[in-house]
Amino acid sequence: MTKFRLSRKSLCIPYAVFLLFFVIAPMLIIVFYAFTDKNNHISFMNFVNFFSDPTKLTTIVYSVVIALITTVVCLLIAFPVAYILARSKIKRKSVILLLFVTPMWINFVLRINAIRELMNWMGLLGETNYFNTVFGMVYDFLPFMILPLYTQISKIDNSLYEACADLGGNAFTSFFRVTLPLSMPGVLSGITMVFLPSMTNYVVSDMLGNSKVTIIGKFIETYFGTNWHMGSMIALILLIVVLLSSFLSGGFREENTRRTTA
Amino acid sequence: MKRKEIAIKCLKATIIGLVLILMYAPILVLAVFSFSSADTIGTSGEFSFVHYQKLFGDSAILTMIGNTLLLALLSAALATILGTFAALGMHYNKKRIRKVIGSISQIPVVNAEIVTALALAITFVAVGIPKSYFTLLIGHMVISTPFVVLSVLPKLKQMDHNLYEAALDLGASPAKALFKVVLPQIIPGIISGFMLAVTLSLDDYIVTSYLKPAGFDTISTYVFNATMKGNAHTAETLSSFWALTTIIFVVILAIVISSNLVGRRKKEAKK
Repeated sequence: MTKFRLSRKSLCIPYAVFLLFFVIAPMLIIVFYAFTDKNNHISFMNFVNFFSDPTKLTTIVYSVVIALITTVVCLLIAFPVAYILARSKIKRKSVILLLFVTPMWINFVLRINAIRELMNWMGLLGETNYFNTVFGMVYDFLPFMILPLYTQISKIDNSLYEACADLGGNAFTSFFRVTLPLSMPGVLSGITMVFLPSMTNYVVSDMLGNSKVTIIGKFIETYFGTNWHMGSMIALILLIVVLLSSFLSGGFREENTRRTTA
Repeated sequence: MKRKEIAIKCLKATIIGLVLILMYAPILVLAVFSFSSADTIGTSGEFSFVHYQKLFGDSAILTMIGNTLLLALLSAALATILGTFAALGMHYNKKRIRKVIGSISQIPVVNAEIVTALALAITFVAVGIPKSYFTLLIGHMVISTPFVVLSVLPKLKQMDHNLYEAALDLGASPAKALFKVVLPQIIPGIISGFMLAVTLSLDDYIVTSYLKPAGFDTISTYVFNATMKGNAHTAETLSSFWALTTIIFVVILAIVISSNLVGRRKKEAKK
């Protein structure tokens, strides 16, 4: 009996070893490359170079602005949709919700290719590179914003709205005093699921921005061929930002993970 | 009052309808043109299956579709086994160990895919392992196994532990109790973890492009390279992607609708 209890616990050893080799070790290697130079001597030059090169900083700023616009547009479209789906008595609500998630299961490169063909038809390809990129990202990431918002808004207790109405609140007060504050966790997890990919998913910016739009993800990829040390430094900065923001947003909730509701 | 309600209802329907049209328009346009003889979207043509013939006549495309499916199933199966054992082990372990493994397991989930991909690629080069099917498989497992763990753990928490103890009291060996009593209770979590792993692998581009061996392609890398780099056959290839997109869309729609119907029937049966 005691022997088996021991072995039951040991079932997670293979995964622990797997994580050690393929998650922890790679992160340590990134840290190593980020703080060494070509002769493998310890150096802070990558760090200094990164923050003193105006072209690099411009790229980062552009990328962050693209991601911000994408996130805001996603939020502006997703909020009304999630609100209507969660709060109205619609027939076959689950089917309509499914319709919003179904495109997620089609290979995203094929979906971006479909937009590319459409933009080519409309004469936009190669003309409005930044608009195309943002459009493609909104199109690609919208379901990741709708889902957490829907889950959060449908959790709101109906009696709160009744209480709000009883106390003389109109539609605006009930929205700003009940819906908005209580849907904040959903807004936050939606933002984390859209903002990071729109800084790093360079497939969208390459295919729709005619390779003229450089986002942080593309930046890392270009350094992969030429200068691992600088590439690792940018990757490390991104990693630290991600870990810090997920730590600050109160650890990891299940809604934070892609597709768990799928 | 009545008129105002109708107006609001119309407004809601319009918003939902507009967003849905926006989401489906690109795919539906491709689907329409996939049944024409036109070579570029927007030009006129007759009704024809020529793009489908091209798709099924192109052995390179068929190979990469097979590669994609096989890689998804294989990596998901391995991730499911590894992840289920991990969840079991974590569940029966001390809280501290469970927390440590759980947080490390979250790193690939929250991390940008490009960072995971770059870190793995540099590690393999540094250690001297050349890019191969093995490195690709590892890459996909790094992305998907945490999701298997995440979908099995809650089922273990909900499980009734007395049943396991009862099985032991009735003379079952611990291993038998694990397979006959514990496993059936967590099987929904294992299945959804597996499905999640399959979809993550099917959809992946960045990790695949960093870790795949030369000459090996999945749908993602093949389509990306064909549109970005372009070669003599690009126009031909691009129009066969219309047919491919349409087929995948129809298959997914069929799966979604049928699983929805099955789910509803189960609900009704429970009533």
